[in-house]
Amino acid sequence: MSQTVHSSGEHQPDENRRDFLTLATTAVGAVGVGCALLPFVDSMNPSKDVLALASVEVNLANIPVGQAIKVMWRGKPVFIRHRTEREINEAEEVALNELVDPQTDDARVEKKEWLIVVGVCTHLGCIPMGTATGETRGDYDGWYCPCHGSHYDTSGRIRRGPAPLNLVVPEYEFLTDTSVRIG
Amino acid sequence: MSAPQWNNKVVKWVDDRLPVISMLHHSAYEYPTPKNLSYMWNFGSLAGFVLVTMILSGIFLVMNYTPHTSMAFESVERIMRDVNYGWLIRYIHMNGASMFFIVVFIHIFRGLYYGSYKAPREMLWWIGILILLAMMATAFMGYVLPWGQMSFWGATVITNLFSAFPIIGDPLVTWLWGGFSVDNPTLNRFFSLHYLMPFVILGLVVLHVWALHSVRSNNPTGVEIKTPKDSIPFHPYYTIKDLYGLGVFLIFFSAFVFFAPDYLGHPDNYIPANPLVTPPHIVPEWYFLPFYAILRSIDFTIFGIPAKLLGVLAMFASIVILFVIPWLDTSKVRSSKFRPVYKWFFWLFVIDTFILGYCGAKAPDDYFLGIPGLKVIVMGQLSTLYYFVHFLVVMPLVGKLERTKPLPASISESVLKEGANA
Amino acid sequence: MRKFALTAIAAAFAVTAFTGGAAKAAGGDQPAPAAQDWSWQGLFGTYDRAQLQRGFQVFKNVCAGCHSLRFIAFRNLEGIGFNEDQIKAIAAEYDIVDGPNDDGDMFDRPGIPADYFPSPFPNEKAAAASNGGAIPPDLSLMNKARVGGPDYVFGLLTGYEEEAPEGFDLADGKYYNHYFPGHQISMAPPLYDEAVEYTDGTPMTLEQHARDIAAFLNWTAQPELEARKALGMKVILFLIVLTAMLYAVKRKIWRDVEH
Repeated sequence: MSQTVHSSGEHQPDENRRDFLTLATTAVGAVGVGCALLPFVDSMNPSKDVLALASVEVNLANIPVGQAIKVMWRGKPVFIRHRTEREINEAEEVALNELVDPQTDDARVEKKEWLIVVGVCTHLGCIPMGTATGETRGDYDGWYCPCHGSHYDTSGRIRRGPAPLNLVVPEYEFLTDTSVRIG
Repeated sequence: MSAPQWNNKVVKWVDDRLPVISMLHHSAYEYPTPKNLSYMWNFGSLAGFVLVTMILSGIFLVMNYTPHTSMAFESVERIMRDVNYGWLIRYIHMNGASMFFIVVFIHIFRGLYYGSYKAPREMLWWIGILILLAMMATAFMGYVLPWGQMSFWGATVITNLFSAFPIIGDPLVTWLWGGFSVDNPTLNRFFSLHYLMPFVILGLVVLHVWALHSVRSNNPTGVEIKTPKDSIPFHPYYTIKDLYGLGVFLIFFSAFVFFAPDYLGHPDNYIPANPLVTPPHIVPEWYFLPFYAILRSIDFTIFGIPAKLLGVLAMFASIVILFVIPWLDTSKVRSSKFRPVYKWFFWLFVIDTFILGYCGAKAPDDYFLGIPGLKVIVMGQLSTLYYFVHFLVVMPLVGKLERTKPLPASISESVLKEGANA
Repeated sequence: MRKFALTAIAAAFAVTAFTGGAAKAAGGDQPAPAAQDWSWQGLFGTYDRAQLQRGFQVFKNVCAGCHSLRFIAFRNLEGIGFNEDQIKAIAAEYDIVDGPNDDGDMFDRPGIPADYFPSPFPNEKAAAASNGGAIPPDLSLMNKARVGGPDYVFGLLTGYEEEAPEGFDLADGKYYNHYFPGHQISMAPPLYDEAVEYTDGTPMTLEQHARDIAAFLNWTAQPELEARKALGMKVILFLIVLTAMLYAVKRKIWRDVEH
């Protein structure tokens, strides 16, 4: 039904030139479409106000030894545990080859008595139990994720269960002995 | 229309089961198009492009917009200031609305000039009017969302139009509002509908194109395609022509988005909505001004029908009347090119709509173009009168009385003749 | 055919210019403020950072007493040329209400870059009560929210008259201003010569102060202006090239068609 009045065959001598021109235009057009989509994609990245609020200051003075608190940072809980002497020893004495994700306790804390980790299970993102007094802390005295049974130790390292990695240590900085800025 | 044979196995497999590729091939590739279409025929595909742009930018705006009276204005400012390229996306959406109307108005005027509404294209024309109505509703509700002063008072004034209807008026308005004034429930439902309507428009556009492809495109001569020599396949001829037109249009669009983004808007909409203070001068967006002028022109009573109701009826009638012009136009000739008398009335009508637009932007008691003694309201009334006279009197009468110029025997004949003259 | 197309395109331009302009020309009996030269005008105009900083100084020392600037965070001041340390120092000068703390009380703390400029009044009622019933509007969007934008702001700030013209009935507690709708404004003339001390040698005249604050408020209303115009240049240049190429392809394809 289509009646191509001028089949491309009639343009033999020009064939190459037309191809080049068309090709070049198509390429330029494609680049244009690609560039036009970038702002839309970028608009879904964290916005400037979200990035600006990416740090939080926490006062540690009110956390007695042996207890832990949860604070919100970037919409996620951060666990801050004031560790007992026993907990610190436990964390330091583990042999690295027993660990799923080998890391020394030293590498995970700035000050031995304060353990600060992002409270999100590295398996599928649940919040492990063990921060509030009385909650189960799992078989290794750290945290226990109820979703799929991951056990973390007193350094927040994964010891048993499906989680592949240790609890993440966020960037933080002690401003004074009793105050810390996370992020 | 024989189905083409596909060489690619995957394409063939799909097409044998769902002939969507054949359908696209028929309608976007081999669709036989009159070979003499002017650039005026670019505006249909341009409108389609703007619709897609509006939907795309709208979807991304929604990701950051909050439809609540206490946060709508703030969330829009957050888009402008904090969201990456948020200002770009919002300005595209904001100016895109104006571009949509510019393109569609030209598209409609083209249809009027070349008689594209005449048989057998009535359904095509009707669907087009439905698209216009849907666009107007969408644009109005979208303008409310930033919750500025113009948003709020525009919503108040326009929804109050419905109170003009006797008996059902007041309950209808309360129902529209979901309360006793324009407030959070109103904002929420407008947001919901503003998101829905574009997809309704998209559906109507599919019908519009379907209708077009079954009756074929009109052309500047208004003479139908008679032999294969009159037409050429849509691709590559019109795809490339449309793309070139799109390039020109995008330059125009970008000039607004990047260099005069607020030119078509109103400063009052950068003031947060305040139910206690009406801005001294409420005007709708420019694309509603002619209709707004018609609404305001009726400040008198006829047969005991109050002015308020008459105005509303006149405004709705100004669009509804478009539905019946296939029968109001009595001429046997489609294109105004061959209608020496009607052509002048057409341009008079175009000027008339411009005058209406101007009147809509001015306060009723201002003087028209500063001419002493000529009030805007009077000029608006005269233009409103001509608006209807054009359709109800000029179209039927001129069609009957006019001596039209001889039509070319076919599209290709007219093309050859013009070529010889050039 | 071609004529029709040209007319239509001209009409499209006309309708936008005409109705857009007409919509703006609305207003009361006050004169339109005179157009001023601003550094950011034109296709290539950019903000003058030094001017914006002077304008910020005017805002901080004069306007901020009554007006809020709620869409601007201290971190945004990077846009007028302050560095991170300067921004931290500026933010720390402000008390920000935060909380509730562990005891359930709200408390004041020094500002940080992520905080927004605090409002001088706790709420609108308090603002109205302290200002004879008139609520000082937020200034973040002032230049976009008034016909004339920066010209209006400049005109308003320099348009006070000590005495109302004869026969004008000025209400108590109001001031006569040429450019304010209705001429009666509740804001006392806020600026005068040497209202703010500039350190860069710029003359400290009322007019200069007004010009600088109008510039600063243009930045608060359109912080994206420079990025927008720079991107616009690239986009339009690209489109011109692409359109020219499309036109060439179109010519090529249509060359042998009688149309």
